Amino acid sequence: MIALLRPALVFLGGFTLILGLAVPLAFTALAQLVFPHQANGSLIERNARVVGSELLAQGFEGPGYFHPRASNAGQGYDGGASGATNLGPTSAALLEAVTGRLEGRRGVAADAATASGSGLDPHISPENAMAQIPRIAAARGLTPQRVLGLMEQHIEGRTFGVLGEARVNVLKLNLALDGAR
Amino acid sequence: MSWIGWAQIALVLLAVTATAVPLGGAMAAIAEGRWRVLAPVENLLYRAAGIDPARGMGWRAYVLAMLAVNLAGFLLLYALLRLQGVLPFNPQGLDGVPPWLAFNTAISFVTNTNWQAYSGEAAMSYLSQMAGLAVQNFLSAATGIALAFAVIRAFARGGASDLGNFWADLTRVTLYLLLPLCLVFAAFMVAGGVPQSLSAYVTANTVEGGTQTIPMGPAAFQIAIKQLGTNGGGFFGVNSAHPFENPTPWTNFLQSWAIIALPMGLALTFGRMVGDRRQGWAIFAVMMLFVVAGTLATYAAEAGGNPLHLAQGVAQGLGNMEGKEVRFGTSASALWAVITTGASNGAVNAMHDSFMPLGGLVPLFLIQLGEVLPGGVGSGLYGMLVFVLLAVFVAGLMVGRTPEYLGKKVQAREVKLAMLAVLIVPLCILGFTAVAAVLPVALASVQDAGPHGLSELLYAYSSAAGNNGSAFGGLTADTPWMNTTLGIVMLLGRFAVIVPVLAIAGSIAAKPRLPQSAGSFPTHGPLFVGLLAGVILILGGLQFLPSLFLGPLAEHFAMLAGQTF
Amino acid sequence: MHTQTMAAVPLSRVVLDALRKLNPVTLLRNPVIFVTEVVSLLVTLLAALAAWRGAPWAFQAGIAVWLWLTVLFANAAEAVAEGRGRARAESLRRARGETRAKLLARPDDRALWHWRDAPELRENDVVLVEAGDLVPADGEVIQGIASVNEAAVTGESAPVIRESGGDRSAVTGGTLVVSDWLVVRVTAAPGNSFLDRMIALVEGASRQKTPNEIALDILLAGLTIVFLVAVASVVGLASFNGVAPSVPVLAALLVTLIPTTIGGLLSAIGIAGMDRLVRFNVVATSGRAVEAAGDVDVLLLDKTGTITLGNRQAAGFFAAPGVAEAELAQAALLASLADETPEGRSILAYARERHGLTATRPEGATVVPFTAQTRLSGLDIPGQGSFRKGAVDSLSRALGIEPPAALKEAVERIARAGATPLAVSRDGRMLGVIELKDIVKPGMRARFDALRRMGIRTVMVTGDNRLTAAAIAAEAGVDDFIAEATPEDKLAYIRNAQKEGRLVAMAGDGTNDAPALAQADVGLAMQTGTQAAREAGNMVDLDSDPTKLIEVVEIGKQLLITRGALTTFSIANDVAKYFAILPAIFVAQYPGLAALNVMGLASPESAILSAVIFNALIIVALVPLALRGVRYAPVGAAALLRRNLLIYGLGGVAAPFIGIKLIDLLLSVMGVF
Repeated sequence: MIALLRPALVFLGGFTLILGLAVPLAFTALAQLVFPHQANGSLIERNARVVGSELLAQGFEGPGYFHPRASNAGQGYDGGASGATNLGPTSAALLEAVTGRLEGRRGVAADAATASGSGLDPHISPENAMAQIPRIAAARGLTPQRVLGLMEQHIEGRTFGVLGEARVNVLKLNLALDGAR
Repeated sequence: MSWIGWAQIALVLLAVTATAVPLGGAMAAIAEGRWRVLAPVENLLYRAAGIDPARGMGWRAYVLAMLAVNLAGFLLLYALLRLQGVLPFNPQGLDGVPPWLAFNTAISFVTNTNWQAYSGEAAMSYLSQMAGLAVQNFLSAATGIALAFAVIRAFARGGASDLGNFWADLTRVTLYLLLPLCLVFAAFMVAGGVPQSLSAYVTANTVEGGTQTIPMGPAAFQIAIKQLGTNGGGFFGVNSAHPFENPTPWTNFLQSWAIIALPMGLALTFGRMVGDRRQGWAIFAVMMLFVVAGTLATYAAEAGGNPLHLAQGVAQGLGNMEGKEVRFGTSASALWAVITTGASNGAVNAMHDSFMPLGGLVPLFLIQLGEVLPGGVGSGLYGMLVFVLLAVFVAGLMVGRTPEYLGKKVQAREVKLAMLAVLIVPLCILGFTAVAAVLPVALASVQDAGPHGLSELLYAYSSAAGNNGSAFGGLTADTPWMNTTLGIVMLLGRFAVIVPVLAIAGSIAAKPRLPQSAGSFPTHGPLFVGLLAGVILILGGLQFLPSLFLGPLAEHFAMLAGQTF
Repeated sequence: MHTQTMAAVPLSRVVLDALRKLNPVTLLRNPVIFVTEVVSLLVTLLAALAAWRGAPWAFQAGIAVWLWLTVLFANAAEAVAEGRGRARAESLRRARGETRAKLLARPDDRALWHWRDAPELRENDVVLVEAGDLVPADGEVIQGIASVNEAAVTGESAPVIRESGGDRSAVTGGTLVVSDWLVVRVTAAPGNSFLDRMIALVEGASRQKTPNEIALDILLAGLTIVFLVAVASVVGLASFNGVAPSVPVLAALLVTLIPTTIGGLLSAIGIAGMDRLVRFNVVATSGRAVEAAGDVDVLLLDKTGTITLGNRQAAGFFAAPGVAEAELAQAALLASLADETPEGRSILAYARERHGLTATRPEGATVVPFTAQTRLSGLDIPGQGSFRKGAVDSLSRALGIEPPAALKEAVERIARAGATPLAVSRDGRMLGVIELKDIVKPGMRARFDALRRMGIRTVMVTGDNRLTAAAIAAEAGVDDFIAEATPEDKLAYIRNAQKEGRLVAMAGDGTNDAPALAQADVGLAMQTGTQAAREAGNMVDLDSDPTKLIEVVEIGKQLLITRGALTTFSIANDVAKYFAILPAIFVAQYPGLAALNVMGLASPESAILSAVIFNALIIVALVPLALRGVRYAPVGAAALLRRNLLIYGLGGVAAPFIGIKLIDLLLSVMGVF
């Protein structure tokens, strides 16, 4: 029994020290040194105050802003409680939610009618953004072309032309909109 | 579906294939004790533990050592979780984890399942994540690979009484494989935007004047081992769908690769160590076959979109986007769902619960097939070898000889143990799901009505028994019933399989390796690949057909008929 | 060989046996069929209950009937296989009869004996057997010589010689001494004689499961458990969706999913395999030995009598310089006219075939017989000359001349090739040599090639020197040979091969073969051989034809292949059965599932019943295959696997789709459902 217990405890203890403390702490220090922006949540500051993270969606409800995808994180866009609806494809509740988001429109992009996986999806599809332009232009008194131009500047293409999907970062675009005022 | 979607999928699978060769070789080198760069560190541990790494262990000793360190790991993790409130590295001041949840979580991480009935950013202190969960991520992965080494040796050696030394295997896999790979991988993750910090959560003042909590933590390093060790336990609640956990298509590509790189590579390690690389490639091919076929089906289902939504006026050009992230789309999400379930990883980058019925059927079925395609690190290979033995036994008789694999005769003892090993998973899945399907206490956890609700239960027990860890997340998992039953199923799915498998290894190792002749059953080449695939489908999958009929298939046809629940 | 199938066994007997085998205690041996029986009983009770209550019961009763038929068909398959063996056993038992033995008080006094009933004989008793007596028990001849009719055991009516000492000293109980007398020491206790064991074996009474059968049983039991749980779980799973499938329907699902096909045929396959061997006149002491025969990697074959015809035959004339070949042929012919040995006759035959020469012994010719001193033989014909033939050196010595150089060369060449040169002279002049060759039996090379394709190495065992052995080995196409073989050499060769993990089979008859026979994994002893050899081997060939070792291997392989093929077929069947039954169960709740009724079966009831009927009938349909064995072709494992996987794997997936559809059509036409 002791012959079995001693190695078990030694290896567990040893590896907890190495893998659980020494290495991750050293790695954290290194990451802070080399990639301080990324390692600390890719935060965006405006006027010396953190307005959000470029990686996380935040709620926008005003007509003058692009709206992110529907969120099921906490009460919505809660970075402390990421989450999805997890509703199945035949769920009546999901259908009801989708109907609500459509507001009577048809041909709406799928990402505009559905909730994201994380509840913090920072992106919307270009089609989704395009459909929002008239509302934003009207609210801000800008020409749709101006808004469109800004939006198109913010379209992120596929990595290496292959990976992922074309998308628009809502927070960055909205900050740019504010800057364009 | 688009060609560019297929190109993404192909790129990941090509990368996996390309790296499988060097990884397979590296793991063989580690198994054979040829890599000893950190000998001083090794020796320090061996001396402190009072063991001789050169001394081989029989299968019983090997299993006992493995069980000892896993039991100790379970106890330590349970204690850490319960006590996290009074321990350091807890800037958010989170309380200790409640007992049932701690029990479930500790089992979950020790068994390489990483089923999560909690949400990381809301429940776990940095210490629990780093020194508790992540350490078990390493050790459970190293345990799996060590066991695979033991089983491979059984086939590679003739008339041997030992399977190697567990402690040496555990140490070397950790020091020479997992740790270096994780460090490099974690660096890529940080560069891509994954946080690695010990500071408290940040409160942002949002553009529209509200506030938003921005979580932090030492995530990158833990995510590296979570993927490479086929653990799958997310640092954050929604796992790799979270923009902090998987910020870009590039990190997604790397993580997809990491999910199956090692288990696929181990197939080639097997070929190398038994001295016939074709054997490894045959197993690799079967694994790849299922991954490709599964991806085909899932991608088709997801890209096709939801006809109910289409009828409502939602364009389905982007496919089914409920529960998916825009940066990944349907292609990268479908591939991920297939490999994370094929590989017993369980990390998700999209919500399986919101997949189309057939899109969700594929991941579910891949788990049910026994987590061998390619399965978890180590566990996938040894599970696959059990199927190989059964395939060889059933069809091997058809060449008119007592079936043999790699010159080892497959006899009553091996068949008995192999049946035991493949019985336990379906018994757990079907038994527990059937009971849960009639028990109010379990039914209370189900979110969706109709057949989809059954799928949620079925997926939960499948995931636990297969040590996968992914979920149809609508299910409320943090209840005493679910925490307990899933905890038990995870234990059985891991250790009740390992014991017979190692017993097989012990019996196989002792057999002489007979010379191969024209009369021997050829276990490489397309014919064997097809045979093995068929045996996995029929022996591993047929028993689940009724449950799939009542869950995803019933839902699919109901959906086509316009029915909602 | 394979023509007689079920016809041999009366149907009434089969039906009776099948019913008798319903006894659950005996069925426990076969878990798959046992479960089927329990389920049948359950469904029958439910159908009866329904009828009693006045509820609809026809469908349930239909399922019950076919479930019982499934059990009965499985029992009948076994009964047919056993029945075929039993017929033979009964004739054997008649042969054994009730004999009395003349027990000798003292082995050396033939006059003093008294009657003793054969069953009361003990080992080491000494008995006298005289002309007209049946040999009362297996034994060893210790005195005398006699001709014995062994037809009771071998089916061969020509009497054989049995004598004390040497390799023909074993006698078998139940055989008849037709002339002279023997003193026999009993070597087998009553009830344990060769005949007893043979009867038990062909009856299948003492049949023990072979290692592969045990392993297969475990697999089938495991599958049964899996499907039991899978079907039981349907109750819970379906209740979630508000469906409550009836017990008979679930019973139908269970029975069609568990491997009843192979479960029902497994023991029939085993019995039939033994029976094939028996009808081939080979008796194995256990099924294990038959199975081992299929696994053999190395075959040790005696050269003489097995690979070669066993006697040297003329195969060429080599004339000395200045002598026409025709002249040599003529001289050889005349020199051999009086030679009655096979060699001598072969020279006559060769001269006739090659040179069209025939001759009858001329009047007045003097025969010069072969003696150990001269080692020459021949014929002196007045007016024609004196013809001699003999070993080259004997003839040179007798004639006092040296053979010419060219002839010497021919002599050496012949010897190198493993043949024997025989010199011929006329009137003191050496005309040339005859090449006497040990002729390889026709077709042997092809058989060895076939064995090689099966992965079996053939090794020739011979007392010849290395040179001769190498030449014959090359001609016969064996893979290896043991020259100048002693019994110790054989044993050592077998042990070495086994150390490398190979399984070795050999045939032998002499007492000095016994250790090697015992050491070999498959030892085929000859019925004409010694008792020691017969005890040491695990098979006895009643025809005493060592070549049969090859067929024994093939029968062993065929047995394993049949088992594997039907297992694969049985398991592959499940796919179609699912597609018949599952949509039928749930289509009421989810009409869309009708899309999975890929066979387009008429109604849920008809679909379920069709699957059950197919499942029962397929057992009957496969009985002939189980008894006959899957066709075996001696090709490599890869080709064999491809072929069998295609037929029994893919065929196993496809066949029930077709079969169930046909039965469903038939049921609809008949208006049953």
